Amino acid sequence: MKTVEEIKAAIEAAVPGAGVEIVLNPSVSAQHSLRLASAHAFEVATFLRDDVELSLDFLSNATGVDWPDKEVAEKVKVTRSVTRTLDGVEQQVEETVEETQKRVVPGCLEAVYHLFSVSKGHGPVVIRMKTVNRTDQVQLPSLTPVWRSAEFQEREIFDLFGIVFTGHPDLRRLLMWEEFKDYPMRRDYVEPDDFEYEPTAHDEVLKRAQEHRAKLAAAEMGQEGATA
Amino acid sequence: MSTSGFVQDKEMRPGWNRPPLIEPDGEGEVLELAMGPHHPSTHGVFRMDVALDGERVIRLKPVFGYLHRNHEKLAEGMSYLGSMPFTDRLDYMCPLTNNWAYALAVEKLTGQEVPERAEYLRVILGELTRVVNHASAIGFLIQEMGASGTPLMYAFKEREKILDLFEALTGARMMVNYMRFGGCRVDATPAWLDAVRKVVAGLPKFADEYENLLRGNEILMARTQGVGILRPELAVNAGVTGPMLRASGINYDIRKVDSYGIYSRFKFRVPLGEHWDIYDRFMIRLLEMRESFGILEQALKDIPGGPVMDPKAKLRGFRPKPGEAYGRIEGPKGELGFYLISDGGPNPYRYRIRPPSLINLTILEDMCLGQNVADVVLIFGSVDIVLGEVDR
Repeated sequence: MKTVEEIKAAIEAAVPGAGVEIVLNPSVSAQHSLRLASAHAFEVATFLRDDVELSLDFLSNATGVDWPDKEVAEKVKVTRSVTRTLDGVEQQVEETVEETQKRVVPGCLEAVYHLFSVSKGHGPVVIRMKTVNRTDQVQLPSLTPVWRSAEFQEREIFDLFGIVFTGHPDLRRLLMWEEFKDYPMRRDYVEPDDFEYEPTAHDEVLKRAQEHRAKLAAAEMGQEGATA
Repeated sequence: MSTSGFVQDKEMRPGWNRPPLIEPDGEGEVLELAMGPHHPSTHGVFRMDVALDGERVIRLKPVFGYLHRNHEKLAEGMSYLGSMPFTDRLDYMCPLTNNWAYALAVEKLTGQEVPERAEYLRVILGELTRVVNHASAIGFLIQEMGASGTPLMYAFKEREKILDLFEALTGARMMVNYMRFGGCRVDATPAWLDAVRKVVAGLPKFADEYENLLRGNEILMARTQGVGILRPELAVNAGVTGPMLRASGINYDIRKVDSYGIYSRFKFRVPLGEHWDIYDRFMIRLLEMRESFGILEQALKDIPGGPVMDPKAKLRGFRPKPGEAYGRIEGPKGELGFYLISDGGPNPYRYRIRPPSLINLTILEDMCLGQNVADVVLIFGSVDIVLGEVDR
């Protein structure tokens, strides 16, 4: 099978300006992956499936990964002017100090696909795409029209991570119920305390009974007033 | 019942691998029916929203999530070893292959070696699990055809013998928690191996009896031949794996393709279907069982002595180096994979299960369209799923 570098070259020859990046995997498994720019992901995926030599006709696994915003502490050299008293005279002096600054690396959501070839028996080729951020720009192109096996898996990613797959034919929640609001697989998801609470018919009945009782009491009061 | 799935249906067809929509013939009304979540044929809590024109199925939407417990999220909150017992509860018919897939994925991540004896034990347990699963799957399929209990009890009689072996080795019939990263938890005694040999020697006779009981049955043939056809190109594109894929005539067995563990040492054949229907799926499972007997015999003959755990394996303070790995095995239901991302900590950063049961259901609608509603039960039964794995 081709190495990731060769696959990258093949993609770039077939889809000009595809913007493929290699993501190295430092673990023993050495399953390196290719990050696709979402603008061209669909063409690249179609190429990977239809290319005679690669023929990655089988999408085995599709999943999401959440990378929240990370605060990184960095040591930075800062130059600034300080007022010092030198030899009894106040002077402006330039001084270089090392400071620790905190920088926030913006997070993203990532979709990872593991591809194999049934006809050639090779794999896995790992491709991944990432969203711009985690809040409002979470769209990625759906690969379901290329590999049908992504249909339920992309629905699951949408359900649990909140990535919106444009071009998916039937994007609904898969495991959680439709009224559910949050995305449980995100790292910062907090379970609500009253998670078992649901308004039931029982509440409604109790409320109606209470209203009914109040009405009766009011009517009785009125009646008493009339007879007195 | 929610009809949201049916409404958007018209726009979603064009251009990609789906069967053409069947329109109602205009006589009478279209009946929308919720099969499940508590239907006896749904193997647990699973719902199919079916739209019927007379007896004919014109739409079918599976609805999941009744058994969802977010296993993946739970696993991110505990150590790597901590989720091993939870994998038993995915596909509770075959806990040992689930253990194996998870252990394999972690071993890919860390590069741990597995001793010879442990590899042999894994193969023996994995193949016994396959026999249990296939025999029961056939039993359930026939049960849904109306043969109430009898074939299933034949399968369960054999399953009990095998579960007794599992209990003797691991301490539990089903929730075994047996495999470890870099080996197995306990060694098998010679007496246990002899007991396995005795059970395995009896299995071919069971398979003969089971096959003779069922294969030529008129009702089985009438109801399954030519029903629920799955075209091979759709099967590959939809990620269908396991006996389902091979019944559609695609020669893809991960035991052969990846030869993970020590599968390259055993001789076995991969049975393939020719007609791509339910009957083929039934026969493939019978034939695969017979191939498993062969693997079991070879493994029981060659099993060496020695340790069952990598002596360098570290159970406490287990922290794989940062990186990721995808490991997969040929589970009895299809490709069972685990995708792990490590950030160097004691818990997995991301833990993903590739559930064959869920992905094999992608094409349920395609197989059912235009069939009678009574056949939906059979087609669904021939996919062979366990809801513990579908919903996770």
